[in-house]
Amino acid sequence: MDAGRKAEPAAMDRTSVERASDREIVVTRAINAPARLVFEAFTRPELFRQWWVPKSLGLTLLSCEMDARVGGKYRLVFRHGDSTMEFYGTYTEVVPHSRLTWTNEESGEGGAVTTVTFEEKSGKTLLVLRDRYASKAAADAGMSSGAYDGMPETFGQLDELLVS
Amino acid sequence: MVQYTQARLDDSFAALSDVTRRGVLEQLGRSDASITDLADRFDMTLTGMKKHVGVLEQAGLVTTEKVGRVRTCKLGPRRLEEVAAWLERYRRLWDARFDALELVVDELKCKEKIDGRRKKG
Repeated sequence: MDAGRKAEPAAMDRTSVERASDREIVVTRAINAPARLVFEAFTRPELFRQWWVPKSLGLTLLSCEMDARVGGKYRLVFRHGDSTMEFYGTYTEVVPHSRLTWTNEESGEGGAVTTVTFEEKSGKTLLVLRDRYASKAAADAGMSSGAYDGMPETFGQLDELLVS
Repeated sequence: MVQYTQARLDDSFAALSDVTRRGVLEQLGRSDASITDLADRFDMTLTGMKKHVGVLEQAGLVTTEKVGRVRTCKLGPRRLEEVAAWLERYRRLWDARFDALELVVDELKCKEKIDGRRKKG
């Protein structure tokens, strides 16, 4: 089964994060697959739930509902110890295989708007995920703590810090 | 004691689950600020900001002190360095997440190949 394993070196940072403006954080990554497949992995809940919460987080995704149509909603529920947390919002743009925009409504004021673009070039997809915040202060916070989706990881790390 | 630790953890968990509260921590890492300053900065009502600061205070992330009519907020015993160290984790989180995405997409690619062969056959 080893033949199926990737031989490329793991040392390279293939994901980049940059502060594109006061209010924007941009994450970029090239994925070795056509855009339509990457888009599918973003919009079909049974696929999405397989990757959005990396196993290393020690966090359980209790449920994942998504209706990836303009005006459709999504809702993710996580368990962390005895608590649960929910992330939810609305899809505002859905252009198959090329563009996806959703709101992040769980934190009320200052919630980011996330736009993902899928740009295919010779069989690979350049994935650009853009979190646009309502204010610079909110973007600062998103960057330092990982915004809504970084929080699960953050909590895991925080637990380690607090326990030690 | 275990109960106590768990309660504190849950407090931090709740305190940090909000984008405004994370912004307040970031802000207080640069300088102390009054509740009024914070409310202005985050475009919020005084009452709204008081609530957020209350949650952070409860979690030990912020302390406040009232001098005259002004309540000044500063970072609590749980230091912001912990919060600042999250930046690289943010990138690592996305890296791990996209690694997992590649696996899912690889599987889709394989399935397509197999289905393609079946159709041809």
